[in-house]
Amino acid sequence: MNQALKNNETTRQIMVCCGTGCIANGSRDVYQALCHELANHDGIDVQPVMKATGCNGWCEKGPLVKIMPDDITYCGVKVKDAAEIVDKTLVGGELIKRLLVRDPVTKSYLKSHHDTPFYSKQHKVALRNIGEIDPASIKDYIDRDGYQALIKVLQNMSPGQVIDEVIQSGLRGRGGGGFPTGVKWKSCADTNACPRYIICNGDEGDPGAFMDRSIMEGDPHTVIEGMIICAYGVQASKGFIYVRDEYDLAVIHLSRAVEDARDGGFLGKNILGSGLEFDIELVRGGGAFVCGEETALMASIEGNLGEPRDKYVFPTEKGLWGKPTVINNVETWANVPVILGKGAQDFASVGTAGSKGTKVFSLVGKVVNTGLVEVPMGTSLREIIYDIGGGVLDGRSFKAVQTGGPSGGCIPGSMLNLEVDFDSLTRAGSMMGSGGLIVMDDHTCMVEVARYYVNFLAGESCGKCTPCREGIRALLDILTRICNGDGQIEDLDLMEQIGETMQEASLCALGRTAPNPVLSTMRYFRDEYEAHILDKHCPAGVCPALTEFYIDADICKGCGSCARNCPVDAVSGKKKEPHVIDNSKCIRCGECYRHCKFQAVRIR
Amino acid sequence: MYIDEKELSKKNEYKRIIYSYPGEQRYVLVILQDLQKNFNYIPRLGLQMVAEHAGVPVSKVYSMASFYKALSLSPKGRVAIKVCDGTACHIKSGPVLVDQVYKYLHIKPGETSADGEFSLETVNCLGACALAPVMVVNGKVYGKLTPSSIAGIIKEYGGGTDESSLKE
Repeated sequence: MNQALKNNETTRQIMVCCGTGCIANGSRDVYQALCHELANHDGIDVQPVMKATGCNGWCEKGPLVKIMPDDITYCGVKVKDAAEIVDKTLVGGELIKRLLVRDPVTKSYLKSHHDTPFYSKQHKVALRNIGEIDPASIKDYIDRDGYQALIKVLQNMSPGQVIDEVIQSGLRGRGGGGFPTGVKWKSCADTNACPRYIICNGDEGDPGAFMDRSIMEGDPHTVIEGMIICAYGVQASKGFIYVRDEYDLAVIHLSRAVEDARDGGFLGKNILGSGLEFDIELVRGGGAFVCGEETALMASIEGNLGEPRDKYVFPTEKGLWGKPTVINNVETWANVPVILGKGAQDFASVGTAGSKGTKVFSLVGKVVNTGLVEVPMGTSLREIIYDIGGGVLDGRSFKAVQTGGPSGGCIPGSMLNLEVDFDSLTRAGSMMGSGGLIVMDDHTCMVEVARYYVNFLAGESCGKCTPCREGIRALLDILTRICNGDGQIEDLDLMEQIGETMQEASLCALGRTAPNPVLSTMRYFRDEYEAHILDKHCPAGVCPALTEFYIDADICKGCGSCARNCPVDAVSGKKKEPHVIDNSKCIRCGECYRHCKFQAVRIR
Repeated sequence: MYIDEKELSKKNEYKRIIYSYPGEQRYVLVILQDLQKNFNYIPRLGLQMVAEHAGVPVSKVYSMASFYKALSLSPKGRVAIKVCDGTACHIKSGPVLVDQVYKYLHIKPGETSADGEFSLETVNCLGACALAPVMVVNGKVYGKLTPSSIAGIIKEYGGGTDESSLKE
């Protein structure tokens, strides 16, 4: 073991990011090409270790290739670059400049991704191993102190001490609710009933959020270790990981990890000689958003329709098959080994008064650097979007950031200095949710965004309770009408009333939070609603019925970019002469508007 | 009851999948998922057999097959097109892609083309937001799409070759 570890330190490692984003960019082929080049190169004495790692988060720049211990990061690597990487960098020790990241301000070449603003401002806890290890290798995980926290817990702590430590850490559920994790565990441990169950909620459904997928794909053992520690704390014997059906790679990596953990003595009977018995089973979801709600998820595991139930009695008392159950989100589980390994105090030294630790956000939409970012709680939106994210795409102006998925809300530019934690977002009329941050620019219509979310929820409401089922449908009708130019000013009051009723009377959190996108956009962007209703005009140029594009002949240089990008040939004009849009052909996709470098395409 | 050979061989195939799991209610979803994976839909006979094996009413299995989005009661096309309508894709003009697919294949989300070749679906989020807008065809991810890239992709899979519709 020691010899193997030593080898690891001296041997070069080449890590190719094989997260979903990089795979879509062709990273599997890059991996194969590098393997091929290495095998056929005679100038290499010691073969480097090739690793296909989980998602590094910086999907925008993929495929990413890292070389350790040199600490070199190459971005946007293509198959044809493989030979050069082997020749120049591995053999010749030279850097390939064109594959390096450049500092956005100084324009200097940065050797390692750690030097870039995207990474240097991050603080990795839940994502600590991702991109550094091969998710299919339990040895890689153990080499980075994996399962050490579990060993410490089993040897030195009582179950009660484990729960106390988690309470002390101030960890709150990362799935959206923000309920204190330790308190949840304690209330389960305090019941008399047996058996007890543990569930990992990996049914990540919020569109625009993919941190749980990244953890399950890139570091599956941390989730498993977290669950075993909890099993010891609450004396549970069986665990379930409920994974979203669409996440094929996560299912593969988790299944493998569970098997390896079993073989390693971390799961099964008498775990590491401690007498603890615990095993984990994987359950694939059926593709229903509402199953992210914990009672619906449990119904789904039991083999029923994924419908939620009322929660007069919490799952910690009566959960799966009516037995005490602890259910936590993937990211929450990933924090548990760190808390027990380094101690609650260390964990709580980061964050705000009410929200301890870090949070992973998926920063997407109209932002320069899209990807996963993990920052301390209390980091301001401005730091996340501008310092890490590099600002709004194409130099356009910032309009809003949507947080918390379909149940969240939109936060306007005037609140960019908001320090993000569970409580501050709730006060702003939004919520943390699972941590999606979707940046919107001036070419995003807030009414249409609200309609989009309500339409999403209309397809996902399970239909069990009336306020949610009928309320969502009524909101969707009204919003569709407004987007089509048939809205009336009374509609705004009506939507407020419907929204309040839903908040009061719906059975589960899906219905109670469903009006949030509508109410928050009405609160901050009422002028856009009024423009749609009173002026029959969509200021962002998105709603087809209320938008007409035209080209300002005084500004147009006749470069032809609009005509080339028009999918329906609606733009015509001679080179170097002003172009014209044929409105009878135009489908209002906005491609010309986006591509015009001179802002000559205007919205009427 | 008369059973022809073809039906019998199908029945045996269903049986093989269904009986690889214990006959308990909690395995109904995973059995249905396996049937879906193998046959691209849940056949009626398969549905009845699942109910029998798990000891639950057919209505219960039917309600699950219609509730969960991963399951379908009608056959899907040979080429499954999934256009992502997650938020990041949506605000980067994902919906225009759906219109473009309709233009070439005349199918709307949830529909299968008359020749059974293509089916179109919109999906909530594929987690590839950095590549928005995204579309997946038979498992292959196409990212950073523009409306004009659709025709070429459909052609790759042998669709929309009708030149008049392409030029339209």
